[in-house]
Parts: sequence; C-alpha cells; structure tokens
Amino acid sequence: MVENKMKLEFLSKSANEGFARAAVAAFASQLDPTLEELADIKTAVSEGVTNAIVHGYGHANGFVTIHCELFADKTIRITIQDEGQGIENVELARQPLYTMSGDSERAGMGFIVMETFMDSMQVDSTPGTGTTVTLTKKIADNTSAN
Amino acid sequence: MEIALKLSQNTLIVSLTGELDHHAAGRTRELLERAITEKNIKNLIFDFSKLSFMDSSGIGMVIGRYKLIKSIGGHVALVYSGRQVERLVEMSGLKRLMKVYPDVTEALTDIKEA
Repeated sequence: MVENKMKLEFLSKSANEGFARAAVAAFASQLDPTLEELADIKTAVSEGVTNAIVHGYGHANGFVTIHCELFADKTIRITIQDEGQGIENVELARQPLYTMSGDSERAGMGFIVMETFMDSMQVDSTPGTGTTVTLTKKIADNTSAN
Repeated sequence: MEIALKLSQNTLIVSLTGELDHHAAGRTRELLERAITEKNIKNLIFDFSKLSFMDSSGIGMVIGRYKLIKSIGGHVALVYSGRQVERLVEMSGLKRLMKVYPDVTEALTDIKEA
C-alpha cells in the first residue's frame, strides 16, 4: 500500500541534476534509510536523470518527470520519465559500457549503476515518444541502528 | 562543486570538493582542457578525496582526460576515499588504466619517479 507519493517536474538542464537528487533523497528520508542506502538512491537517480537529459533530449529542451512512492514495507519506487527520442533497442542499451552518445566522455555505465545500486530496474521506451525508468529499493529496518 | 588546480612541475593536481555529476564533469572538463594546453601538462592527479558525491559522469570525465594524457606519454593517477567512489571505480575497471592512491603526496612522488 502506498503511504506517500510525490511528483517532480523540471527542465532537462544539467544544472537540475543536483536538485533532483536532493529532492528524492529528502523524500526517501521518511523511510529512515542509512547513509549508504541514501547514497545508493541518490546515485541511481543521478544516473537516470542524466540519461534523460543527455540521451532522451540531447540538446533539445524538455521536461523530466520523477514520481516517487513510499510503501508500508519501506520500499521506495522511483520513476524517471522523459518524452525524448526513446531507445530503439533497450536490451542493447542495457549492455555495460554501451553508450548511444558519440561523445567519448560518456562512460556507458548509467544502466549498470542503477541496476547495481537499486533492487530492481525496469526500462520502458518507445522510439520517438520517450523513456521511463522504474527503480525500486527496499530500505532495511534500521530503527535499532539509528 | 569547487575545482582547485595546483601545478607541480608538469603534473597538474585537480582537487574536487562537493558533488561530481554530469553538470560538474562538464565544467571540470572545460577547465582541464584549457589548463592542459596552456600549462604544458604531462601528468594528471585527480584528487577525489573531498567529494561528497559522484556518479558515472565523473568516471567518463576521468577516462576522457586519461586518453588525452596517455596520447602525450603522460600518467594519470586517482586519489579517493569512501565507499561510493570505490564502488564506481571498481565497476568501471578504472584501476586497470591508472594507479590509485590514498593521498596526493604518495601519488605525486610515484608519478615523478615514473
């Protein structure tokens, strides 16, 4: 059962990446995560948002939308959505070190980082329409540690 | 994110403080491209010990500079601490390309002897 949710929408500017991380981290803090769990979530969100900005929209402007839901069992579900160019072959894109960008500065690690740092990752994409990445993570019961 | 550059002979030490994401990596790259050309840099030391956050854009930025420095026969070294940066460095295989050190002093000594 969803106990809380939020929706965030911002322009696909790289200057907004830090804002997105901080906003999702602040929202996720309600689940009382450890610093490591929070760092994992922030990193995954940063990768997903960067993908939307760099690959989804390229040099064009668009909006990136993040939905967050908190569940009673301490799971957070995060969707990062763009209405950009989409991905022709999602399976190929998910291969480690593959990058759609001709820019040699892109490490091609975005998907593998999201998959590793979160419990699950789902990628839904339609070329010409956009991409939605759905991430979930169950926060451990840290009440005795905190 | 703050970027501090320090020159030691022909080795440039790049110390980053704060969050290294795609936005900050772009800024760092521009600054380094100018510095490497203007100051006749041969070696690079990336000091990530004061980073509070990094994502794979930081890895991409390091790899980009590594390719450039390698093409002129120089060396790149990485200094960092913390679990999160360690995880990303391990995942990227960056250790196969460059040495990592616990502090800048050790990195600088080693690079100068290379």
